[in-house]
Amino acid sequence: MISFLIKRLLQSILVMLTVAIIAFALFRYVGDPINNMVGQDTTLEERAELRERLGLDDPFFVQFGRFVTNAVQGEFGISYQHRRPVSELIAERAPATLELSLLSAILAIAIGIPMGVYTAIHRDGWLSRAFMSLSLIGISLPTFLIGILLILLFGVILRWLPTFGRGEVVQLGWWSTGFLTWSGIKALIMPAITLALFQMTLIMRLVRAEMLEVLRTDFVKFGRARGLPDRYVHFKTALKNTMVPVITIIGLQLGAIIAFAIITETVFQWPGMGLMFIQAVREVDIPIMAAYLVMIALIFVIINLIVDMLYYVVDPRLRVDRAATGH
Amino acid sequence: MRSITKTLTAAFLGSAMLAAPASAKEFKFAFQGDAGTMDPHGLFETFTLGFQRNIYEGLVARDGNMAMTGALAESWENTSPKVWTFNLRKGVKFHNGNDFTADDVAFSVERIKTEGSDMKVVAALIDKVKVIDDHTIEFHTPAPNPIMPLQLEIFYIMDKEWSEENKTTEATSVAGGDEGNFANLNANGTGPFKLESRQSGVKTVLVRNDDHWEDIDSNVTKAIFTPIDQDATRVAALISGDVDLAWPIPVQDWNRLESADGVKPLTGPEARTIFLGFNQTDDELKTGGDATKGKNPFKDVRVRKAFMQAIDIEAIKKKIMRGSATPAGLMIAPQINGFTEGQNTRPDHDVAAAKKLMEDAGYGDGFEVTMDCPNDRYVNDEKICQASASMLAKIGVKVNLLAQTKSKYFGKVLAQNEYDTDFFLLGWTPSTFDAHNVLSALMSCRGGEDNIGAFNLGGYCNPKINELTAKVQSETDQDKRQAMIEEAFQIHSDEVGHIPLHQQPLSWGVSDKVDVIQRPDNVFDLRSAVVK
Repeated sequence: MISFLIKRLLQSILVMLTVAIIAFALFRYVGDPINNMVGQDTTLEERAELRERLGLDDPFFVQFGRFVTNAVQGEFGISYQHRRPVSELIAERAPATLELSLLSAILAIAIGIPMGVYTAIHRDGWLSRAFMSLSLIGISLPTFLIGILLILLFGVILRWLPTFGRGEVVQLGWWSTGFLTWSGIKALIMPAITLALFQMTLIMRLVRAEMLEVLRTDFVKFGRARGLPDRYVHFKTALKNTMVPVITIIGLQLGAIIAFAIITETVFQWPGMGLMFIQAVREVDIPIMAAYLVMIALIFVIINLIVDMLYYVVDPRLRVDRAATGH
Repeated sequence: MRSITKTLTAAFLGSAMLAAPASAKEFKFAFQGDAGTMDPHGLFETFTLGFQRNIYEGLVARDGNMAMTGALAESWENTSPKVWTFNLRKGVKFHNGNDFTADDVAFSVERIKTEGSDMKVVAALIDKVKVIDDHTIEFHTPAPNPIMPLQLEIFYIMDKEWSEENKTTEATSVAGGDEGNFANLNANGTGPFKLESRQSGVKTVLVRNDDHWEDIDSNVTKAIFTPIDQDATRVAALISGDVDLAWPIPVQDWNRLESADGVKPLTGPEARTIFLGFNQTDDELKTGGDATKGKNPFKDVRVRKAFMQAIDIEAIKKKIMRGSATPAGLMIAPQINGFTEGQNTRPDHDVAAAKKLMEDAGYGDGFEVTMDCPNDRYVNDEKICQASASMLAKIGVKVNLLAQTKSKYFGKVLAQNEYDTDFFLLGWTPSTFDAHNVLSALMSCRGGEDNIGAFNLGGYCNPKINELTAKVQSETDQDKRQAMIEEAFQIHSDEVGHIPLHQQPLSWGVSDKVDVIQRPDNVFDLRSAVVK
């Protein structure tokens, strides 16, 4: 187990470095930050001076080396746009993204798994068909379109929910939460549904497919033959065996939810990290882009690590295999 | 006895103030981006300075019609050719209660010279500051400068004591260092609104400064500003009543606002002129094909004139700008000091004449060129470029359009990339609202000192214009000055140095519950906001 962890850790560092270097290489194609940082009357000399001060003229590897050295110390520089330390900005925006992602993940899991199980067991029921058609919408409509349609319906036509933002937030130390005010909760509803919809349908379809597969296997038939009650067969025997691939996907999707919150956040002007990233891309705010990409990579790496460890817990065979091959 | 009177007055004032919250008026507004900083010397950008204007004040200001008025200065005078004397307003207090004096002005002048400042252009106007007394100050200029007050509108005054207490005596720098960061998120001005809270990029809350010296129209007691990036979300927020004012509104959404209840589009001509420009420096086009081997057709005035006549500006106005643009013949808008209607004419749209000119110039079969165009900077910028390209196709010119996001576009065509463009679209509002800024930045030959010709991307050059520009800068006789401005514009028009297209429209959306004044420089001033 320990050698496995160390190996994974080394791999993770390599992944992070690769992400950083690719990200950095891409920045030169995003455009020039200077013109977004000064007014039109700023002289050419001043522009050149600013470029020099920011080290934008340095060779690629010098810039990259400086970034990595600072990043290792948790220092991501000063945002060009906000003129504040990036770490401070991320800490300020993270709660918004995490609350939204977490709620979406819970929605996706809590609704997706039961729907998947139900559609697998009652394959031809009318409700199953309704769920399946609904999932088709969820999986095929792009997120921003769903977001805009929701805004149009609930924000503009019915006027039940706010069209943008996070509502009133309450500060709990450095964490700002929208769960404690009525306007904060109202503001969460549409973005959370928008973000959850794709994941929910994905989980539902996956659970259904896996479940159908498992229900056909011999041990399930054997269970039935032994006279075990349906409930037991469905939930103890079958569902548990469908969970290994489902956990992998849910784990990876959790990372995707945080990363792809970008689109939902932009549509709803949700003041999270994703929105900040999009704004940074537009303004060529390299320190924010770099920090965000590295952070998202870190989240994926950690989630993958946890998922690998969860396999151990869920599937005893893996433990035996690994032991047998000397890992 | 005196103290008793004071107490009584205070009590009276206090009760008067207590009555105010009964009519609390909240005003919510949204723009596509955020103010770059709260530091008044940190970023020379229209929206940022326009927003800060509610909190900070300059010596002079402009009203809703762009007319000059006194702000922190009551009057000013060109006491000798190189000296401007400002008589400062008495009894003005900063939000923290400190008195406003000439020392604060002198301090602010020092502050705009510091490293992080983006106001060095303003600093360069001032050679020396002389404090005469608490309420009189002299600005000595390096050369006679007849338009100095115009140029000082966006120079806001900070409190010396407050800045020293909070270690923000240097302008907030983007290059790092915490020095100056306090003013980035906090503010202490003399303006009609105080900064209550700010989360950059998310939300900024302003509250009314009841001690403000000026009698303003606004009855707003609290203003909440939120940047909303997405056009669709911004429009939805306005229609649903979540904000009272939003801009910009896409031109194609005007009908939607008109048909919705309780909101309307608010439009008018912006002072920004959109124009096309040509590479007139290189001996061979960078992006031309075989037809232009070793040649640069744009050096020939006939080709430039042919381009201008080939472009159907009325069609662009009607089809792309929904009838709302103002076709232009000059590089400056009617609101700009120096504009004359007589010069604001365009040659007729005439494809046959344009073809003839191309033939005369030896390009009867046309040629190929790449056009650089931003796609998120001006109103419908990319569409204008597409339309121009198809109009130019009629005179045989094959335009390859390269439309990209503003950061990439400016990174390509500006000085730092050696003006890498053959044919481009650009827009310009002179920050001083005076013709001199355009003559200097866009129309003068490049390569001089300072910023002369810095945005003359194509390198159009007639030394006569440089000469006139230098004279315009220091001529104090307004009539002579105007004559020189007109002479320079005439030369430029005759030589088709650029092709002015139009002044683009301002496009705001407002709720019926509020009244606001739309300034032609796209600045929204809370002083004008009245909640009904």
